[in-house]
Amino acid sequence: MNSYLDDKNGFYGDFGGTFIPEILWINFKELKDSYESIILDPSFNKKFESLLNNYVGRPTPLFYCNELSKKYKTNIYLKREDLNHTGSHKINNTIGQALFAKQLGKKKIIAETGAGQHGIATATVCSLLSLECIIFMGETDILRQAINVSKMKMLGAKIIPATTGNKTLKDAINEALRYWINHPECYYLIGSVVGPHPYPKIVAYFQSIISKEIKKQLQEKKGITQPNYIITCIGGGSNSIGAFYHFLENASVKLIAVESAGLGIYTNKTAATTIQGSKGVIHGSLTFVMQDKYGQIIDPYSISAGMDYPGIGPMHANLFHTQRVKFFNVTDNDVLQAAYEISQIEGIIPALESAHALAILPKISFKKEDIVVINLSGRGDKDLKNYIRHLNQFLK
Amino acid sequence: MNIIDHLFKKGKNKLSIYFTAGYPKLNSTKKIIQILQQSKVNLIEIGLPYSDPMADGLIIQKSNKKALKNGMNPDQLFSQLQLIQNEIQVPLILMGYYNQFLKFGEESFLNCCKKSGISGLIFPDLPLEIYKEKYQKLFEKYELYFICLVTSQTPDNRILLLSNISKGFLYVVSSISTTGQNKDFETDPLIFLNRINNLNLSIPTLVGFGIANKNSFNLACQYANGGIIGSAFIQSLDENDLEGSIHRFIASILY
Repeated sequence: MNSYLDDKNGFYGDFGGTFIPEILWINFKELKDSYESIILDPSFNKKFESLLNNYVGRPTPLFYCNELSKKYKTNIYLKREDLNHTGSHKINNTIGQALFAKQLGKKKIIAETGAGQHGIATATVCSLLSLECIIFMGETDILRQAINVSKMKMLGAKIIPATTGNKTLKDAINEALRYWINHPECYYLIGSVVGPHPYPKIVAYFQSIISKEIKKQLQEKKGITQPNYIITCIGGGSNSIGAFYHFLENASVKLIAVESAGLGIYTNKTAATTIQGSKGVIHGSLTFVMQDKYGQIIDPYSISAGMDYPGIGPMHANLFHTQRVKFFNVTDNDVLQAAYEISQIEGIIPALESAHALAILPKISFKKEDIVVINLSGRGDKDLKNYIRHLNQFLK
Repeated sequence: MNIIDHLFKKGKNKLSIYFTAGYPKLNSTKKIIQILQQSKVNLIEIGLPYSDPMADGLIIQKSNKKALKNGMNPDQLFSQLQLIQNEIQVPLILMGYYNQFLKFGEESFLNCCKKSGISGLIFPDLPLEIYKEKYQKLFEKYELYFICLVTSQTPDNRILLLSNISKGFLYVVSSISTTGQNKDFETDPLIFLNRINNLNLSIPTLVGFGIANKNSFNLACQYANGGIIGSAFIQSLDENDLEGSIHRFIASILY
């Protein structure tokens, strides 16, 4: 039994829970009553794994970076989630949840998206499994991510703009929840380990394939059962929990989550929730959240849309609180520098989100014999506009 | 005795009005309460504006946004209410989201409510189990009522459970929707309201969500002790003629 994942009534320590209005009670009752018996069923897992292998392209490589290792005088491996179909780890979760929705007899899927990665992964799976798909996306994000919007449309999804609040990810989740209140026949396919119980648990379970593979690959390559470090970026926390999952109980593995400092943790342009946030409820979950003294949620800022969330998942709140995971943060500038560095010495253009994990490398002193695994959660195609803008600054 | 209980001792057809504190202007709250009392409204629900009102439709979302921009917050509201406390006899209910209660400090929040003349509270996203475990005793200490919501999707046994916890009245959500949707009030909800009636609850009921005019209010009154109007009222508010617009709206419901 994993003490960090074993929830009691959907709580992880003090965090988690199902803080929802009564109008959503029936929606969550359906999930709570059925998720364990469905997703733990061997025949369900067989279908899930088959799609991961044959459609997504798993297992993803665990790649040893020669140059990066030399530079930081240690042994650096990248878990290449960027090589998944649709370009990030997001599809592990959408395949799992879409199969779960099918088992529940649902025909229509709703989902939120920030930058569009989860939206594309959802639209893709819905197309594959013949499910109707509606994606909620902040109006601001729709303008910023025109190509991803087109991709989702091409895949057959309908896009509904969220026009409230800051018109970004947080507001897209609010709109999806409101739509679900009015249309309880839908399945809400949430994109991260956030939201009311049992979503964090379900998403973590589907993403845990990442650490399952890391474990196996380290055994095959190095004959070891665990690395010294696992480093991930954290917005909501889905790639992070996926990479940590099977190592949480193993106290000698140092787990590091890197938040976005944005323009700096003490500016008002940041998404560093563990620094700027405090205990509170966001999207039906008690966790760490960026809020003012009256509990009004503060809009975060990050160069990277996937990090631009004013909270972290409740499991991470507990992992932060118990100090099982150490949290760091890096600025937009650190992130761009790290992205250019790995592009030029390893030939990999990372997503801005994933570059947060890379950007922490200069700030930690590793031992020469350490095995360091960095979860490269996504690829950088979607971020080219941002990268091109800074081309002259970082090209040598 | 809580004044909400007094209210339901006599007669039916109770009209409850919901509005957002700090909307349309920061200082409108006081005036709106005074006018609502003059116009014979039976119960007043004050919405504490929130950045992420999950259960609310567009009209209340917009009023929340504007009220926050105007600078409304719990401290503001409590001090505004304290100014009119002696002249207000209508029971006041405060409706907010759980995070506002949590962040303010739960006990000081209840203490301020008590001092400001509030009789009951609604936190739609505070789960029953958490309320019982952590807050029921505190509510009792400050003699404040915790009011629960039920919907047409709530099974009978859960309605009974919620009606036992709820104090003062049970808030019956007429439709499966966010606030202000006003869809088909004439048909679907009646089956549900009949179901509620057949449970012979010992607590009074008020029907809310989707009640917008005289017809829907009268229908709510046939099945319950009265109705709650929110979005339609907020929409009718005229910033330049607050008093006139409120009197006109209430008259259109009651007369």
